[in-house]
Amino acid sequence: MSEAASHHDDHHDHHPSGLMRWLTTTNHKDIGTLYLLLALVMFFIGGAMALVIRAELFQPGLQFVQPQFFNSMTTVHALVMIFGAVMPAWTGFANWMIPMMIGAPDMALPRLNNWSFWILPFAFTLLLSTVFMPGGAPAGGWTMYPPLVLQTGAAFPFLIFAVHFMGASSIAGAINVIVTVFNMRAPGMTLMKLPLFVWTWIITAFLLIASIPVLAGAVTMLLTDKFFGTSFFSAAGGGDPVMFQHIFWFFGHPEVYILILPAFGIISAIVPTFARKPLFGYSSMVYASAAIAFLSFIVWAHHMFTVGMPLAGELFFMYTTVLIAVPTGVKVFNWVATMWHSSMTFETPMLFALGFIVLFTIGGFSGLMLGVTPVDFQYHDTYFVVAHFHYVLVTGAVFSLIAATYFWLPKWTGHMYDEKLGKLHFWLSVISVNVLFFPQHFLGLAGMPRRIPDYSVQFADWNMISSIGAFVFGFSQLLFVVVIWKCVKGGEKATAQVWEGAHGLEWTLPSPPPYHSFETPPEPSTIEGGMR
Amino acid sequence: MAAAHTDYYIPGPSHWPVVTSIAIFTMFVGGATTLNGAGIGPMILGAGFLLFLYVLFGWFGTVIGESESGIYNDHVDVSFRMGMMWFIFSEVMFFAAFFGALYYSRIYSVPWLGGEGSGAATNQFLWPDFVASWPLLQPPSDYGFSSFKETIGAWGVPFWNTLILLTSGGTVTWAHWGLQKGNRQQLVLGLVLTVLLGATFVTMQAMEYGHAYHELGLTLNSGIYGATFFLLTGFHGFHVTMGTVMLFVILMRSIKGHFTPKHHFAFEAVAWYWHFVDVVWIGLFIFVYWL
Ligand SMILES: [Cu+2]
Repeated sequence: MSEAASHHDDHHDHHPSGLMRWLTTTNHKDIGTLYLLLALVMFFIGGAMALVIRAELFQPGLQFVQPQFFNSMTTVHALVMIFGAVMPAWTGFANWMIPMMIGAPDMALPRLNNWSFWILPFAFTLLLSTVFMPGGAPAGGWTMYPPLVLQTGAAFPFLIFAVHFMGASSIAGAINVIVTVFNMRAPGMTLMKLPLFVWTWIITAFLLIASIPVLAGAVTMLLTDKFFGTSFFSAAGGGDPVMFQHIFWFFGHPEVYILILPAFGIISAIVPTFARKPLFGYSSMVYASAAIAFLSFIVWAHHMFTVGMPLAGELFFMYTTVLIAVPTGVKVFNWVATMWHSSMTFETPMLFALGFIVLFTIGGFSGLMLGVTPVDFQYHDTYFVVAHFHYVLVTGAVFSLIAATYFWLPKWTGHMYDEKLGKLHFWLSVISVNVLFFPQHFLGLAGMPRRIPDYSVQFADWNMISSIGAFVFGFSQLLFVVVIWKCVKGGEKATAQVWEGAHGLEWTLPSPPPYHSFETPPEPSTIEGGMR
Repeated sequence: MAAAHTDYYIPGPSHWPVVTSIAIFTMFVGGATTLNGAGIGPMILGAGFLLFLYVLFGWFGTVIGESESGIYNDHVDVSFRMGMMWFIFSEVMFFAAFFGALYYSRIYSVPWLGGEGSGAATNQFLWPDFVASWPLLQPPSDYGFSSFKETIGAWGVPFWNTLILLTSGGTVTWAHWGLQKGNRQQLVLGLVLTVLLGATFVTMQAMEYGHAYHELGLTLNSGIYGATFFLLTGFHGFHVTMGTVMLFVILMRSIKGHFTPKHHFAFEAVAWYWHFVDVVWIGLFIFVYWL
C-alpha cells in the first residue's frame, strides 16, 4: 500500500505541459477530451465531404467534380464518419464518464488507453493522405467489395493498413472498457446498479472485440488477393467475391450496433433526468441490449439479399433481422413509459434525446422494411437505403452524441452552456436534417440508385431540396462548436448536480471534477443504482 | 474486485504509446510504398521496424521494471489478466475469419462452381470443364492461378508437429508447476524445453513450406486451397514464432530470478498465449490437413 501510494503521489509532480502533456497523458479525462476533439474534427472533415456530394447532386448532370472523385467522397465520407467521428466519440465518452460513473480513479489500463487514442491520428493520416495519391482515394465504397476495390490505385495498401490500424485502436479501447468495468467498480456498485451507458458500452466492447478482428481478416485477404496471388475472392481460383461480403458483414452488422448501442445508454440517462422519474424497466433495458448484441451476429446477410443466396439463407436472415425489432421496441417503449405522467422540462439535451427517439424510430422502421427480403429486392442500393441508415446514424448516433455533449458539458467545464444557442442549434438541426434525409426515401422508392454523381431529371426536385437541407444542417453544426467554445471559456457556474433530476455518481463529484476521479471509492450508500 | 482504489497503480505520463504509433505508422507507410513498387519502401519499412524493436524493449522494459519493484498489486494483476484474455479472444476471432473462408469455399463456392445446387448455370457459363473436388488441385481457370500435384499429408510432418506442440503445452505447464513450488530449476528446464519445441515446430513448418513450393507446386497462387492453406498455417506459424520469442523472454527473466510463486502474470499470459496457438493448431490439423 505505502509503496503504491507514494508512487501514486509522486507522479503528480512531473506532469509535462503543452503538447507533451497531451502526447503522453495517461489520464482518462485528458484522453477522453482528445478522443472527443478528434471526433469533432473528423465530423467536420466527413461533413465537408458530404457537402461535396450534396453539391454535386444539387442538379442532374455533372457540375463540380469528376465521377471518380465523387465516388471517393462517398467512400471516404463513410469511413471518416464511422471510424473517425462516431466510434472515437463513443470511446471519448466512455473515457470521460465510465470511471466517474462506476466510482473508479481512472481506466484500468492507462498506458494502453493513451495508445488506443494515439493510433487514430496516424491511422487517419494514412487514410486521408490517399486523397492526394495517383489514382485518387479509395472509391469502391466503404464496404470495400472486391473485385471493384482491387482496382484502387496507389491508395489500396494505405486503405488496408489504415483499417488494420483503426481496428487495433478499437480493440484496445474495448478491452480497456471491459476490464475497467469488471475490475474497477466501487464497492457496492453491483452489475445491476450500473448506469445503462456503462452497460451498453460493455456490450459494445464485446461486439468490438468479436467483430473487428474479422474485418482485419477480411481486408488482409483483400491485400493478399491483390499483391500475393491468392484467390479468396476470385472465382477463377475457386474463391468467391460474395464470400467477402459474408465476412465483411459478419463484422459490418455488429458494427452498426457498435455505433448505436452507447446511444441507447445516453438516452436512458437523459430521459429520466429531465422527466424527473426513474427509468422505466431498467433490467429489461439490459436484457434487450444483450439480445440485440446476440442477434447482431446472425443477421449479416440482410445486406446481401440480392447477391444470389440459397432460399434458406434469404429466409433465415429475414426472420432474424425483423426479430431485432422486438428488443429495440422494448427500449423505445421504456423511454416513452419513463416520460408518461412525468414532469418534463425541455433543455437542449432533452430536446436532442426526444429528437432521437422519434427520428431513430423512423430509421428503425425503414430498416424493418429493408429487412423483408422481397421488399429489399426493390429497395436494394437505392437512396432508400441511404435515407434509412442516415436516420439511424445521424438522427440516431450523432443526435445522441450531441445530446450527451450538452448533458455533460457543464460537468466537464464547470460552466453552463448557452441554453438559447443550444436550443437554436437543436431546432435548426432537427428541421434541416429532415429536409436533408426525408426526401431521400421518396428518391429511393422511385428508383434512384445510390453512389452515382448524376441522375435522371425526374429526381431533380427532391435532390435539390435534400441538398438545401444538407447545407443548412452542415453549417448549423458550426453553432455547436460556438456553444462548446463559449462554455469552455466561461459562463454561469455549474453545480455538482447540474440538472435538478440528475442521479448517479458522476453528479456527486464537483464540476469540473478533480483530475483523478475517485481516489477513494465513494460510500456504498451513495450508489443508487442505474434505474435512477 | 472492489478493493480500495488508492492502492491501484496508475502510471504517470508515458511517451511509449505515441512512439509505438509512430513506429507502426512508419512500417505501414514503408509496407504500402513497397507494395506499390517504390524503391525507398523497404528502407522506410526497416526504419519503422527498428523503431518498433526499440519500443518493445523500452515499453516492456518499463513494465517489467515496475512489476519487479512490486507496485503491481493483486488488483492491477486482475486487470492484466482480463486484458490478456480478451486480447486472446480477439485473436481467436481473427483466425475465425480465415477458418470461415476455408469452410465457405469448401462447402459453397467450390461445389457451386462445379455446378452443384444453384450453380448449374455458373458451371456451364464460366468453366464447364471444371470438376469440383477438395482438395482443389486444379482451380477453375489457369488464368492467374496454378494447379499443383498433391497436398501435404496429415500424417507426415503435420502429425509430428501436432505432437511437438501438444508436448510443449505439457512442458510449459510443468514449468508453471515448478514456478508455483518455487523450484526454479524445473521452471527453467521446462521453459528451455518449450522454447526448443517451439523452435523445432517453426523449423519443420518452414521446411514443409519449402517442400510444398518446390516439389508439390503448392503455392499461394494455387487457387483457393493454396490461399486458405498458406494464410491459415502462415498466420499460425507467425503466432508460434511470436509465442516462442515471448517464451524466450520469460525464460531469460526466469534465469534472472524474476517472478515469485504467487506473482507471475507475465509467465501465465505467455502460457495462455501458447495454449491458444496450440488449440488453433488442433483446428488446423483437423480441418486443413486431415479432413
Ligand atoms: Cu445489418
